[in-house]
Amino acid sequence: MNSGDTAWVLMSSALVLLMTMPGLAFFYGGLVRRKNVLSILMQCFIILCVISLQWVLFGYSLAFGPDFHGIIGDLSWAGLNGVGAIPNKDYAATIPHSVFMIFQMMFAVITPALIIGAYAERVKFSAFLLFTILWATFVYDPLAHWVWGTGGWLKSLGGLDYAGGIVVHVSSGISALVLALLLGKRIGYNHRPIRPHNLPFTVLGAALLWFGWFGFNAGSALASDGIAGNAFITTNTATAAAGLAWALIEWWHNGTPTVLGVATGAVAGLVAITPACGFVNPMNAMFIGIIVSIVCYIAVAIIKGKLGYDDSLDAFGVHGVGGTVGSIATGLFAEKAVNAAGADGLLFGNAHQFLVQGIMWIAAAIFAVVMTFIIFKIVDAVIGMRVEEKNEIVGLDLTQQSEAAYTVIE
Amino acid sequence: MKLIIAIIQPHKLEAVKKELEAVDVNLMTVTNVVGQGRQKGVTEIYRGAKEAGGLLNKIRLDIAVNDEFMDPTLSAISKGAHTGSVGDGKIFVVDLMECVRISNGDRGGKAIG
Repeated sequence: MNSGDTAWVLMSSALVLLMTMPGLAFFYGGLVRRKNVLSILMQCFIILCVISLQWVLFGYSLAFGPDFHGIIGDLSWAGLNGVGAIPNKDYAATIPHSVFMIFQMMFAVITPALIIGAYAERVKFSAFLLFTILWATFVYDPLAHWVWGTGGWLKSLGGLDYAGGIVVHVSSGISALVLALLLGKRIGYNHRPIRPHNLPFTVLGAALLWFGWFGFNAGSALASDGIAGNAFITTNTATAAAGLAWALIEWWHNGTPTVLGVATGAVAGLVAITPACGFVNPMNAMFIGIIVSIVCYIAVAIIKGKLGYDDSLDAFGVHGVGGTVGSIATGLFAEKAVNAAGADGLLFGNAHQFLVQGIMWIAAAIFAVVMTFIIFKIVDAVIGMRVEEKNEIVGLDLTQQSEAAYTVIE
Repeated sequence: MKLIIAIIQPHKLEAVKKELEAVDVNLMTVTNVVGQGRQKGVTEIYRGAKEAGGLLNKIRLDIAVNDEFMDPTLSAISKGAHTGSVGDGKIFVVDLMECVRISNGDRGGKAIG
């Protein structure tokens, strides 16, 4: 046991919590119209509550518990039975097992929260709640087991996902696209502008995401060591490159750089470096940051408009696409010189790793599409996913929460 | 009695108020409004999505005056709000049927000032 490692992972757990609430909540909250801002804050806050409990009750055991045929953990760690001060050597030999568990809990919390961006401004609160619990249990927990759990089939195959490019961002981003397609467009989408109501909130949220992401990525070293330091540096470098690149692309394409563009680019950079941060060097991180902004800009500003689906806050365009770029980049740029526990990528002569990364992406994407489709259909049949038209027009704050964010008349 | 409704540039509010005070017109209601004129608003861009025709911020003044105050008021607003370029605004005048001062029940012309 190492007290420095334990302190860093506990600190990182708190940093990752900050990413969901208030980071993501305000990033998304600023992007919606003023009548829906509380619905976003409420969804993020409730996810933090509900998934924290799900994780203690059975989620952690399903994801990381003793393996069942490579596809899921069994329930022997339900209620955190046996998850205590003694380290689990398979996951993190130098910190208490319970500390590893709480760090992973914060990942389980933020992943379904990312999906909010796809159904924002039109989902029924009760349906959102049921969807989230089912998605966390039947998509996130198994996928985390495949990629990170001892005995998980993708882990056994040699797949690399340092801090969750596949498990967190591809899974949530692809699911977000499915939801956006199934749920349909917001009323008035494409006919009149749906403008962000508070960009300062969004910028504040993006800055908090960047800050918290140091816990997400450098914390994933599960130790206070040189690999954590490298992950910290690659995270910052890729994010800086992506934020700047997005602004420059806009400047060239539209004539003006926007603050929403810098914030969006930075988040795309954070997403893309996530699977790679512990395996690549800082110069390649810079390259990954530039590439992800180019690809995500095309996805969000050009392709989305042409295809016409309404991914309200670009959960797919940033997390799905950015996570895909990052996962492929990991297969290209990973090198054992950075992390001996990792592998060499295609550019370092190991085509096999590139292939494995591809298999991992395809498996995660197919699983996310199929399961999200099934869960959507179930919840839609039982409760109905979308609010009634008049409630959507009035806004979710008043109709789902019976409160208003901003008073007009005292 | 007339009701004068003026739409002016936000940054000209102080100048207009000064001109109105100079002609002894001190009572007004001021509101933030948005609108577009012949220049058709502004273009806004969010994540590459261009939205032409975004509305511009303006200030609306509602001023009720007795008839003899109408011309000085119109001149004062015009003088204070003038820059000579598009977007300076408009002034509308309508007949006012009645006016009540709530505190003492005065009606008509004596209730206005």
